[in-house]
Amino acid sequence: MSPLLEVRDLHARIEDGRKIIEGMNLVINPGEVHAIMGPNGAGKSTLSYVLSGKPGYEVTSGQVLFHGKDLLEMEPDERAAAGLFLAFQYPLEIPGVPTMSFLHTAVNAQRKTRGEPEMTAPELLRKVRALAKVLEIDADMLKRPVNVGFSGGEKKRNEVLQMMLLEPSLAILDEADSGLDIDALKIVANGVNSLRSPERSNLIITHYPRLLEYIVPDVVHVFANGRIVHSGDANLARELEATGYAKYQGEAA
Amino acid sequence: MTMAAEARPISAQPARGQPARTAAETAFATTFAAVKAELPGSATFAARREEAFGRFADAGLPHRRVEEWRYTDLRRLMREMAPLAATPATQLEKAPEAAGLLAAVECRKLYVVDGVFAPHLSDLADLEAGLTILSLADALRDDAHVGGVAVSKRLGETFPCTDVMFALNAAFAAEGVVVHVAEGAELARPLELIHVNTGTEPVSMFTRSLVVLEKGAKANLVESHEGPDGVAYQVHTALELVVGEGAQLDRVKLTREGDAALHISTVLLDIAASALVRTAGFMLGGAIVRNQTFAQLTGKEIHAVFGGVSLLGNRQHADTSLAVEHLAPGCESRENFRAVLDDHARDVFQGRIAVRREAQQTDARMMTRALLLSDTAEADNKPELEIFADDVQCAHGCTTGNLDEQVKFYLMARGIPEKEAEALLIQAFVGEVVDAIELEGVREALIGATRSWLKERA
Repeated sequence: MSPLLEVRDLHARIEDGRKIIEGMNLVINPGEVHAIMGPNGAGKSTLSYVLSGKPGYEVTSGQVLFHGKDLLEMEPDERAAAGLFLAFQYPLEIPGVPTMSFLHTAVNAQRKTRGEPEMTAPELLRKVRALAKVLEIDADMLKRPVNVGFSGGEKKRNEVLQMMLLEPSLAILDEADSGLDIDALKIVANGVNSLRSPERSNLIITHYPRLLEYIVPDVVHVFANGRIVHSGDANLARELEATGYAKYQGEAA
Repeated sequence: MTMAAEARPISAQPARGQPARTAAETAFATTFAAVKAELPGSATFAARREEAFGRFADAGLPHRRVEEWRYTDLRRLMREMAPLAATPATQLEKAPEAAGLLAAVECRKLYVVDGVFAPHLSDLADLEAGLTILSLADALRDDAHVGGVAVSKRLGETFPCTDVMFALNAAFAAEGVVVHVAEGAELARPLELIHVNTGTEPVSMFTRSLVVLEKGAKANLVESHEGPDGVAYQVHTALELVVGEGAQLDRVKLTREGDAALHISTVLLDIAASALVRTAGFMLGGAIVRNQTFAQLTGKEIHAVFGGVSLLGNRQHADTSLAVEHLAPGCESRENFRAVLDDHARDVFQGRIAVRREAQQTDARMMTRALLLSDTAEADNKPELEIFADDVQCAHGCTTGNLDEQVKFYLMARGIPEKEAEALLIQAFVGEVVDAIELEGVREALIGATRSWLKERA
């Protein structure tokens, strides 16, 4: 089985020159759920931005293969069309862009890039309504501009809605649990779990293990000082809850 | 070219304290002297033309030391006067189909082709009760009256305007349209006043129109100005809008001149008590464009909305200058302008709000926002508030910035290519003005025009 995502000795820095990722290796196979845990400021979000192609980050060496192709050569929109999805830690508000037309544009832009037929507006509306129901998103919210006037929890659910609509092969969830109460957390987790399949994978970035009680990972990595310093199974998350990250930060130093 | 005997002396010597005349100024003087005898109108009207030209001649083309024209230095930008268009121009047999904004909207189309009103192309059949449409040239020749007042008397007497380019128009203008909507008449179909230039030679055109809505009348007016690329034609146009008590006017003006054209437009807007006026400008084409509007709110409880969108690229220069004068208590005015600038384009917005001592409880707001898509684009913004009443609300705001890179990345991360993401954000930016346009067909047409602009950009 060829890996879905393969990160080889990745080094990256922010535009201002600060090194954030220093020699990272990671292999995610189809169907696997990986969790990356680590203390605040370890560079976990940077990893998600580097993988999704956000401007302002520079890869200085290393390689990332996605479906066997050079991910770093692709524009952010091409990465999305190839099946990569980033659920943002802080989803942005886009005044003046209605949610439905945003979703329609996104779905069809991806389909166009992949050479697939476009989704019609009624078909999209049906799908979105069904997903909104599952995620307990008020239909009125879909009439608003993207994320405008949404609470923190609503924005997070809207991210999951987009993920479920776009059906990526790899979804990166960056602190998907921050700002969620326990009910919303369960809804989000159910949404993510509903997409689990032998072809789809998840990379869950979090510094709280609670989310991992609902989305049980196959592999848990500890990320510190710009690289993965330790890996284990789902039990590692529980262990970290008890011990904290201190010993791994030491290990890396 | 022969000069009429009573022509003002044209001298190469500058008057005291005046710089030498430019080639354009000299050409205006020579041309006016040559054609003024043929311009339509009574002796009284001819004297007014003479007086108006005198004002232009004394001041010359406005330049950067004239505060109102500070950012649009016509003396520099308008080196020459294109020869006056021949009258009558070659008459088209068929109305140009692509012209105008409202191709898909049921409306009454009136054509001004190459600066001349073309009744044979215009839809003048089955005029609604209370609607009168005249050719300006005919109205001046025949001393026609609308609403019991001579057209020649109404022109220029809406309120005094001392602007020098308006004076130039008043001197030359022979052609245009007169629209009169009688008391209480509500026009079911929008009126579309289509100005289209077809010539391949650079010419000057002067048009002047008058639209009067009597008490309680209601109308939608769409005006468009278009022409071929690559021809340095010059348009001087003026429109007087008289909106009676309790009347309602919705107006959109589209400026889509050719890429080498000069377009100088003056609108005088006189609004009576309790009227509702919503006017929006949509600026897409032309090399040098000045859209100046002078509005007077003369009665109580007027609601006036001014909107504008400029989409500019290359080396386009567009100047929107708006002066709103509150003369009576309890009126509301709203100004909302957006500019999207690419390449070396330059957008100018000058907004003046004057609140007279009597105009208590005025509520006036002005907001302008510019979006710069390139490092070489420029937005100039000059708000001026002049308030003599003490119980008023008057606010202005202005922003200039780039597209939000974070938001753009968010859209791209969802699979939307860069240009498409930018287009979505630009449409949203412009939508803040376009969405406020009342008539759906007009709104749709403007959204379509924005899309085409974005497509050409990409």
